[in-house]
Amino acid sequence: MQPPADSQTRSAPNSRSPKALLAAAKTNVELWANLLIIGWALGFMLWKGVGFAIAIGTVFAIWAILTVSLNLVVGYTGLLSVGHVGFFGIGAYTVAILTSRAEYEQLRTEAIPTFGWPFFAALPVGVLLAGVIAVAVGVVFNRFRDDIYVLVSFGFAIISFNVFLNWRGLTRGAFGIHEIPRPAVGGWVLDGELEFLVFALAILGVIVLLSWLIVTSSFGRVLTAIREDEQAIAVFGYQTTHYKLAVWTISAMMAGLAGGLFAGWTSFVDPNSFILLESMLLVAIVILGGLATIWGSLLGAMAFVLLEEGMRFLPFLPAIHVGQARLVVLGILLVLLMVFRPQGLVGRYKL
Amino acid sequence: MDMPPETTETQNPGQRPGPGEAGAVAVDGPILALSGISVRYGAVVALDNVSLGVRRGEVVAVMGPNGAGKSTVLKAIMGLAPVVAGEVLWRRERLAAATHEIVKEGIAFVPQGRRVFTHLTIEENLEMGCLHLKDKAEKQRRLDGVMRIFPILQSKRGDMASAMSGGQQQMLALGRGLMAAPDVLLLDEPTLGLAPIVVGEVFDKVSEISETLKTTIMVVEHNIKGVLDIVDRAYVLDKGRVVFTGTPKSVRESNILTEIFLGKSGAS
Repeated sequence: MQPPADSQTRSAPNSRSPKALLAAAKTNVELWANLLIIGWALGFMLWKGVGFAIAIGTVFAIWAILTVSLNLVVGYTGLLSVGHVGFFGIGAYTVAILTSRAEYEQLRTEAIPTFGWPFFAALPVGVLLAGVIAVAVGVVFNRFRDDIYVLVSFGFAIISFNVFLNWRGLTRGAFGIHEIPRPAVGGWVLDGELEFLVFALAILGVIVLLSWLIVTSSFGRVLTAIREDEQAIAVFGYQTTHYKLAVWTISAMMAGLAGGLFAGWTSFVDPNSFILLESMLLVAIVILGGLATIWGSLLGAMAFVLLEEGMRFLPFLPAIHVGQARLVVLGILLVLLMVFRPQGLVGRYKL
Repeated sequence: MDMPPETTETQNPGQRPGPGEAGAVAVDGPILALSGISVRYGAVVALDNVSLGVRRGEVVAVMGPNGAGKSTVLKAIMGLAPVVAGEVLWRRERLAAATHEIVKEGIAFVPQGRRVFTHLTIEENLEMGCLHLKDKAEKQRRLDGVMRIFPILQSKRGDMASAMSGGQQQMLALGRGLMAAPDVLLLDEPTLGLAPIVVGEVFDKVSEISETLKTTIMVVEHNIKGVLDIVDRAYVLDKGRVVFTGTPKSVRESNILTEIFLGKSGAS
């Protein structure tokens, strides 16, 4: 990993003259990326109205929890995991199974155990389960590094997808689980979109705060050191496997939380939400935003959601192709970014 | 071509060291010693029955040509090399095998190639050297101590380590090793890849550390001239074996270095 090429431009505003400031601003990709995406978001909101913005905001919050948490592993610790979606799915399915009453079921052969728990009782279980599975998986993953690590995490994503799809006695397989109740506290149900948005953003806020505390702590510095030179940090007596396992588990629990939130929001989960491709997208967004920067992950998630939703309104693009087209666009963006700005929009490090 | 007596004796490591410098080690009892260590990487024998040691407060050099196994000596101590025979003795007892336990015993390792964390500041890099030290005052005291020895680190303490020159990074690496307040400091090729003028500075600092902190130091070096000026004793390794032990003076007077560096080792 190389120091960023634009460290010059970053320090340039120190020169006082307005001309120099302007010149520095012109070449400051980071500034432009921020302005563009935030401006885009605001413009979109004004154009499509508040209702649309609320829906997009919730999607953003869920994706942002995923990207911020994944960045802890990929960006800060340097473990390129493409299995994050597995934990997202574990959280979502746990909440779905624990809360769903399955009264809608017509086909009793597909009956699954139902519990009818309240959302807020199921959510911690989902988070915890993601954590427990992360510990078990992480112990194995710790034996690997670099490209092999990518492969085993790839394997985890595939296995978890297949479990969601094929363990029909638990997940109803491809039918998915419906009628997941909205979160409710006592009699107060978060059934409004705005209420859910506030709830999701609040959780995102907690995740961002937690991540910030982690990366600015001495624990976070050890993670950075592991990313840069695991062997060197090991000779100072750090048991790097413990650190890696810890951050991996924390990150997985955050993904599980996002999953629970997702289940509560869409009130429907099926295996298609947790395919490997989603994991790839997540990694792409993290790289796009910038490795080892929380703000970059937020910005990346925002750009992605805007791109995805924005493409619905392209006049020449039939609605049914939007799904595929977003992948093409994201792919092209990623290639361009890797060529011209390998550290991502606001990142410091290259992969 | 006659071998000096020391040479012939240490050619059969595993036997009791003979008279002279090597014998003195046995009498004093080294604080850290390798006893009959063999290290094998697959089919490659990196160390073959190597015994050497360092006494408290001593500065000892481990020298030899490329591939002699110098760095492997330090790796074997730190639990980073596949030791197939022999043992590492720490205060006369068998040293733990796990790196993190070895560090706790008071042995610090400054690896080859500096290996500073370029995306951390200098101060953060230094703090990496003292794990588990919760006592803030003690940490600050150690920081101040290191900064006194390396004033350059004081003036740049908030800068990223990537902004430093190679020589400065080496000073940082040394300082980071000292943050553990070790009893024994192991230096692996501290002058590798540095400009000649900086090489002298690094050796001066190693001397200073030894004198002011009384730290025991084992330094692996290829830079023979420079290192012989600062050490009390030196071991010469060739092809994984100790072929000479002695004071810098005896190393200089013998023709051992000429022999092994010019490939006339012939001892087998």
